Parts: sequence; C-alpha cells; structure tokens
Amino acid sequence: MRWINTKPSPAVATLLMLAPFVLLVIAYGVGSAARLADNPSDKLLPALQTMVDAVNRLAFIPDPRTGELILWSDTAASLVRLFSALGISTLIALVFGMLVGMLPYVRALLAPFIATISMVPPLALLPILFIVLGLGETAKITLIVIGVAPAMIRDLALRVIELPKEQITKAETLGGSSWQIALRVVLPQILPRLITSLRLQMGPAWLFLIAAEAISADSGLGYRIFLVRRYLSMDVIFPYVAWITLLAVITSFALDRLRIVVFPWSNLGVR
Amino acid sequence: MSTIVFDKVWKEYGDQIVLEKISLTIASRAFVALVGPSGCGKTTFLKLLLGEEAPTQGTITMDGVPLVAEPGPDRGVVFQRYSVFPHLTVLGNVLLGKEFRSPVAARLFGAARRNAVDEAMALIAEVGLAGSETKYPAQLSGGMQQRLALAQALIMKPKVLLLDEPFGALDPGIRADIHVLMKRLWHETELTVVMVTHDMREAFTLGTRVIAFERPRDRPEERERYGSLLSRDIYIWPPRIAGEPSLFAPDRDDPAIPLGLSQDDPAPQGDNP
Ligand SMILES: Nc1ncnc2c1ncn2[C@@H]1O[C@H](COP(=O)(O)OP(=O)(O)OP(=O)(O)O)[C@@H](O)[C@H]1O
Ligand SMILES: [Mg+2]
Repeated sequence: MRWINTKPSPAVATLLMLAPFVLLVIAYGVGSAARLADNPSDKLLPALQTMVDAVNRLAFIPDPRTGELILWSDTAASLVRLFSALGISTLIALVFGMLVGMLPYVRALLAPFIATISMVPPLALLPILFIVLGLGETAKITLIVIGVAPAMIRDLALRVIELPKEQITKAETLGGSSWQIALRVVLPQILPRLITSLRLQMGPAWLFLIAAEAISADSGLGYRIFLVRRYLSMDVIFPYVAWITLLAVITSFALDRLRIVVFPWSNLGVR
Repeated sequence: MSTIVFDKVWKEYGDQIVLEKISLTIASRAFVALVGPSGCGKTTFLKLLLGEEAPTQGTITMDGVPLVAEPGPDRGVVFQRYSVFPHLTVLGNVLLGKEFRSPVAARLFGAARRNAVDEAMALIAEVGLAGSETKYPAQLSGGMQQRLALAQALIMKPKVLLLDEPFGALDPGIRADIHVLMKRLWHETELTVVMVTHDMREAFTLGTRVIAFERPRDRPEERERYGSLLSRDIYIWPPRIAGEPSLFAPDRDDPAIPLGLSQDDPAPQGDNP
C-alpha cells in the first residue's frame, strides 16, 4: 500500500500523539540529571521536583509581601488583558470585515489602507503606545489589537468575497436588502470563520501580550517570567511557559468546540 | 403578465464579444428552453435577464418597462450550483424569502411566522422533501438540493423563473420526477420560464419553444471578435399552453402512458374535457 494510504488505528494514533510529549519530558529529565550530577547547584535545567516545589509555592502559598497567590493573580491579570484585546479585535474585525467584503465603496476606501497597516510591525509601535497611552492597561491592550485586528479583518473580508456570487444573487431574488443579506446570509456564514480566525491569532496575541508585560507591568505571566529571569529562576520560568501553552491550547480547543456546537452546519462538509 | 423583449442586445466582457444583436420576444407564460454549445453565452443571457449584468448595447424590457438593473423578487432563479444556503435548514432556506418581508430583523415571529411556516411546509411537500425539513443542504443529495432551490425560488411567486442547467447533475429517474414537477408548477402558477440545458431531450420535453445560441465563427483566433447569435428558434408543435392539457402525450418517446390525460397535465377542472 502507498504510504499516503496507511492510517494508524485509534490506539496507535493516541500513542503516537503522546510520544513526542513523553520524549520531551524524558529528554529533559536525562539532561537535567546529568547536569545536576556534575554540579548540584546548577540552575539551568532544574530537577522536575524543584519545579513542582516552585509551582506549589507560587500557586498555593500566599506571597508574604502582597498576600496573593502569585500564579493565579498573574494568570488573571494576563487573561483579562488578552481577552479584552481579543474581544475588541473580534468586534472590529466583524464590522470592518463585513463592510470591506460587502460594499465596493468601503473596499475601495479601506482595503489598501488595512493591508498597509497590517504590514506595520506592532512591536515597533510599542514605545509610541507607551508614550501616548501611558504605561497602564490601555497601551498593552492596544498593542494586541493593533497586532491582530488587521489580519482578522483581511481574513474575514476575504471570506465574504469568497462567498459564491450565486448565493448573494439568490438572496437578492428573494427580496433581501443589503442589510438583510448581511444579517441573514453573510454574517452567519462568516461567524464560524471568525472563530477559526480568532484561534489562529491566539499565537500572535500571546506574543504581543508577553512583550508588553515584559516591558512594563506589575503583574502578569509575562511580567513574572521576565522578573525572575534576573535570578536565573528556571524552576519558575519553565512551569510558567508550560502553563501559558496549556492556557492557549485549552482556549483554542474550547473555541473549536464552540464553533461546532453553535454552527453545526459548518462541520458537515468535513468528514 | 410578463412579456420580455430583447431589442438588439449585445454583451461584451472587455474585448470579448459574447452575445451579438439578440432580438427576441418571450411571451408571457412561455417555457423557453435555451440550448447551445459550452461557452456560447447561455449563462450570460440569464444574467442579463436577472439584472446581474447590464447589456453593452440594446435594451431589455419587461411589459414595456426597462428591466431593473439588479436582481429582484419578480425574477426567481435556480443556478446549477450554490443555489441554497448551507447554513440554513431546508425549512430555513424556503422560509428566507418570507422572512425578508420584515425589513429590520429579517425574521418573523408569532402568527406571521406560523403562516409562513405552513406555506413553506406545503411547498416543501410539493417538491417531495417532506420529512427533511430540519436537514442542512450538505445532508441532502444533489437532486434534493435542486428541488429545495426550486421551492425556495417559488415561495416568492416570481413572474419569471430562470433555470441554469438545474437538472444537469441528476440521474434519469430523479430527472423524470423533477420534469413532472416542473410541468405541473408551470401549468398551475403564473410563471414564465427560461431554462438553460445541454439536454436536447429535456428541452423538447419541457419547452414551448426551444432557442439555440451559436457562434457563426468559432475558430480560436476569431472567438474574441465574434459573439454568439440566436441561431435557431423553434416553436414546439403541437403548441403547449400553460394551464391547458396538451392534445397529445407530450413525451412521445416515453414508455407507454395510460389512456386519457397524460400524468403531467393538470387535473381537469369544471367542464373542461
Ligand atoms: N465575467 C466575465 N468576464 C469575462 N468573460 C466572461 C465573463 N463571464 C463569461 N465570460 C465569457 O463569456 C462567454 C460565455 O460564457 P457563459 O458562462 O455565458 O457560457 P455558457 O453558455 O453558460 O457555457 P456553459 O454551457 O459551459 O455553462 C465565455 O467565453 C466566457 O469566457
Ligand atoms: Mg453556463
């Protein structure tokens, strides 16, 4: 049989799925053990036990100075920033994506402008944002919005344009006005794509969040990582990175489930 | 009434001439079958009728009034593909035209909705989709989707129904069923039909008139400079008249048909024979 036609059974697929993760942990354990055998005070690859202790300390024992559980307060601070920014971006993308995709006049006016804006490297704008908007939450949220909204607008506008012309014509012959067609034909068909687009922008969104927190913040996951970097606290940095990854994976999975539950038809073509 | 008149209509896309001096009068309640080789401009002709494209030269009028330059509810359409909305159920698809009556919400509520649902259900049953109301188009076969598209167009009670190779992808059995349905609808509703088809048999079985487009010059180097002309215009004899039973069984080459009226003629009413 051709390689392209050989498929793993479900059990093998599960094993294959887990293998890289297990291998990574084993490789880390071996490397860490070797370095610690050489030099017990090595900080670069702390033992798994050291990391568990660190997580215990950060997650379950109140910080003596502020009385807060650091891991949770960091997580809350970061997620509030991330989700407000993503919420704002989603709204902007929905409104402008539909306007650009449906109305030729708006497309002529805005499409080249949005394409240009999306080429500006957002991190290069960060100093400007901090100067103009101050060091508070506004600047961080704005950075994420500038970073992800243009790409989402373009993605959605493209989806609108890709809708078969026949569908729009059909809706017109059913007596639909521009507004009604937007509401009943275009919007429902791009909402699933909006969710997918949001998932794809999670990576860049985290990138901008951590960059902003690294430079100016007093809490947040990115802030913590860059704070403890000064003490080479790998036992904190590794778990934090893993935690951020886990949060991103969960969000992405939840969004996909949400799409399938709310828009069951959007999964019918895929089998 | 809906008499459509094409007066010396030309259609060009850039340098490419597609249709040349098409002059044609389509009588009210006619069933025009449009045939011609691929690429001769049949879909373009329908787009002109639909108002999706404007003629480069010439005028198109309906009952003496120039055609509105955008698609509207007086002209229904079934395309070969993409005619139904994938995000709506069968019922939702048929209901949509009714729901567009509500200008802002584009949805109906209460009694208005119940009436519309009743009407939609009746139409769904009529095209043979009863029982599939809650399915999405992706869960229907090609033939069911085309029947759905038909029901969706018919709920608007259009004056003109445009069909672009609507039954091309169907197997002969389903196609025969749909032909019966088409004929009945044409007899029973106030419809003028223009149907594009590649199937001569279909054209002559259903039409009251068969017209053909053809490029008189079709060598590759000439293709851009010359468009298609109306090359044939055949009135079916004996004439079929909407709403009246035909004199002869229309499908002469079909298997034996029982005596009396043929199955796709309307039921006799009153003191008609
Ligand atoms: N938007 C367009 N821009 C440029 N040329 C076009 C456009 N639409 C159609 N044409 C050209 O017009 C000609 C007729 O196209 P049309 O789609 O009307 O053919 P058709 O008779 O429907 O063919 P088929 O039977 O294959 O569906 C073709 O040569 C095509 O290349
Ligand atoms: Mg065509």
